[in-house]
Amino acid sequence: MKRRNLLGALAAATMLTTPAFADGHSVTVGVSWSDFQEERWKTDEAAMLAALEAEGAKYLSADAQSSATKQLADVESLITQGVDALIILAQDGSAIGPALDAAEAAGIPVIGYDRLIADPRAFYLTFDNVEVGRMQAREVYKAKPSGNYVMIKGSPTDPNSDFLRGGQQEIIAGAIKAGDITIVGETYTDGWQPANAQRNMEQILTQTNNEVDAVIVSNDGMAGGVVAALASQGMDGIPVSGQDGDHAALNRVALGTQTVSVWKDSRELGINAGRIAVALAKGTSMDAIEGQRPFKSGDVTVNSLLLAPQPITKENLDVVVDAKWIPKDVLCQGVTGLAVCE
Amino acid sequence: MSGGRGNLIKTLQIDTRLLGMVGAFVLIALVFHIATGGTFLTPRNLFTLTLQTASVAVMATGMVFVIVTRNIDLSIGSLLGIIGMVMGVIQVQILPDIFGFGSPAIWLITVAIGIFLGAAIGGFQGWLIGYLAIPSFIVTLGGLLIWRGGAWWVSRGTTISPLDPNFVKLGGATGTIGVTASWILALVGSALTIWFLINTRRKHISHGFAVKPIWAEYALGAILVGAICGITAIMNAYLVPTRILQRRFEREGLTMPEGYTEAYGFPISVLIVLFVAIAMTIVAKKTRFGRYIFAMGGNPDAAELSGINTRLLTVKVFALMGALTAIAGVIASARLGAAGSSLGELDELRVIAAAVIGGTALAGGVGTIYGAILGAFIMQALVSGMGMVGVDSPLQNMIVGGVLILAVWIDILYRRRTGDS
Repeated sequence: MKRRNLLGALAAATMLTTPAFADGHSVTVGVSWSDFQEERWKTDEAAMLAALEAEGAKYLSADAQSSATKQLADVESLITQGVDALIILAQDGSAIGPALDAAEAAGIPVIGYDRLIADPRAFYLTFDNVEVGRMQAREVYKAKPSGNYVMIKGSPTDPNSDFLRGGQQEIIAGAIKAGDITIVGETYTDGWQPANAQRNMEQILTQTNNEVDAVIVSNDGMAGGVVAALASQGMDGIPVSGQDGDHAALNRVALGTQTVSVWKDSRELGINAGRIAVALAKGTSMDAIEGQRPFKSGDVTVNSLLLAPQPITKENLDVVVDAKWIPKDVLCQGVTGLAVCE
Repeated sequence: MSGGRGNLIKTLQIDTRLLGMVGAFVLIALVFHIATGGTFLTPRNLFTLTLQTASVAVMATGMVFVIVTRNIDLSIGSLLGIIGMVMGVIQVQILPDIFGFGSPAIWLITVAIGIFLGAAIGGFQGWLIGYLAIPSFIVTLGGLLIWRGGAWWVSRGTTISPLDPNFVKLGGATGTIGVTASWILALVGSALTIWFLINTRRKHISHGFAVKPIWAEYALGAILVGAICGITAIMNAYLVPTRILQRRFEREGLTMPEGYTEAYGFPISVLIVLFVAIAMTIVAKKTRFGRYIFAMGGNPDAAELSGINTRLLTVKVFALMGALTAIAGVIASARLGAAGSSLGELDELRVIAAAVIGGTALAGGVGTIYGAILGAFIMQALVSGMGMVGVDSPLQNMIVGGVLILAVWIDILYRRRTGDS
């Protein structure tokens, strides 16, 4: 936390000379992170910093350490420090209301970063999770347009599990109706855990006597467990989906044991957040942001920008290598005869 | 009539609690066999079930000692996670550069480091509990948070895969010993069992103890040998899937002969469980260390007054738990073929439940190794069976929770009726 503020201060110090407002002070963007538990937020932060720097804006941040209460205090403190726009990675999207009230009172625009804040006063920026589900199903369906499908869903307590499942259904519903595809097994996976996915897949294979032609899996970690279960029956190589662009999963895509990993380049999210925050701070209205569209959640409609994720298959592995997301030797471990690995 | 049956069991000197657990297992298996339309009690499913249980079963044996000494260890799931992660990094990122990819030194060194690390961390926690007198609940609750966080630090949230090909054999269906070796093992096991029965009888006679009638010895021997051969027959009845055989022949440039089959035999991970079970039973029953553990659990003050160093004993018990957790970590990560920072999450609860269902009393002093392993099997059978029937995971958790409470209640009723401690 201390070090991050120091970073922010350093970034701020270098920007002091960039005037943006009529009165000559430059834009300051405050970011309230819910936590730094996951590796990816660091990646997001670096991209966001770069984008703000390019726009000539200052960066201030606070880490709520997974506490919704601390996050409210963090936001108030950022407002007191005089930020012109707020980016909030909400610890709990339904408990952040008081922070929005405070921001509104100070006339500061708010961006709900990656996690939905169901309040029209916040601009929602994230990857399109339903689209992730569609992409997973689309690639698997392309590889196997008929036969017995198994659906391995995420944690039953995570609403994203059902968003993904909904997107998957959109793609295969027609084929199910036509009788081309039969779902022979469908299960949630406690805690998104690979070991649980492996066990569930083993039981489904036993129960169906291996009559499974494709598996739509909601993320890469679980796909690892599913592929291990398939391998113990010599069935690895049938279509399997995933998401996150995990290094191990991309290696499986190169090896041919996984069909697709839907990749959300979180740097895109960071860059867009920085850009939109500066635009909003300068007075652009929420519905004038390029590419924005209304997003309905329950009876609330918010302005949103949903970034398109990218399906990574054997055909476009060069994308992740060129983006320096994964080193070539990690991607190509044990792989032969693939152009990107030569 | 029921009196006669009771006498029979008494004459054979079979633990009635063991009988009850086997009965419960058979009942669960039969219910699922019917509910799944006849796939639960197949060699394939029983084979998979043993693989799925192995990791928890190994830890459950150590948890018996921990609980018997009136302690608890909540840290083992996280400990498994960090040890799995460290072993993953060692075998994938460090050792191949030194020994070359696929060298047998890799898995040996990896496992050795893992077990050492487990014993060291476990021993340190034991020192905090024994010498600094911090309650084990607190120390290991702290450990639960610390080691899970540590697992994340080692990996930065990434998954390490694929693991060393030899290492992977320690956990899954790729590492089995084949039909012939399995039968040889069964023969050796049967011979040892019979030798053990004869030897025990001789000793009892030489010390002037009462012995069972000779027909009871024969009956008991027949049951045990029958069980060993039966399990071996099941493991040998599960055929390697044709697709795997075809691929192997293709890799060697051959075509598979028509009608060629091959069976798996015992998986290495199941043999590890058997070895751990036998070793831990001997430790519990035949060594001073084991007797001290039960003495301390029965009455810590009396044990200390009679000259047992209960502090050092606590360190040893937790170090043993740590080492067993490392072995379980080998099995779990090898089975998955990957090490991720969520490996082993909530395993501490599965292990404690297995030990408790197996008749280990949380009040201390009472518990058996075979009970804990059977408890692990019963839990896994429930979960896997429900998975086959298609019960969704939230409901599965609710049912397992209910069964846990029910099992302990039945155990309490049983103890009250028999006047057991």
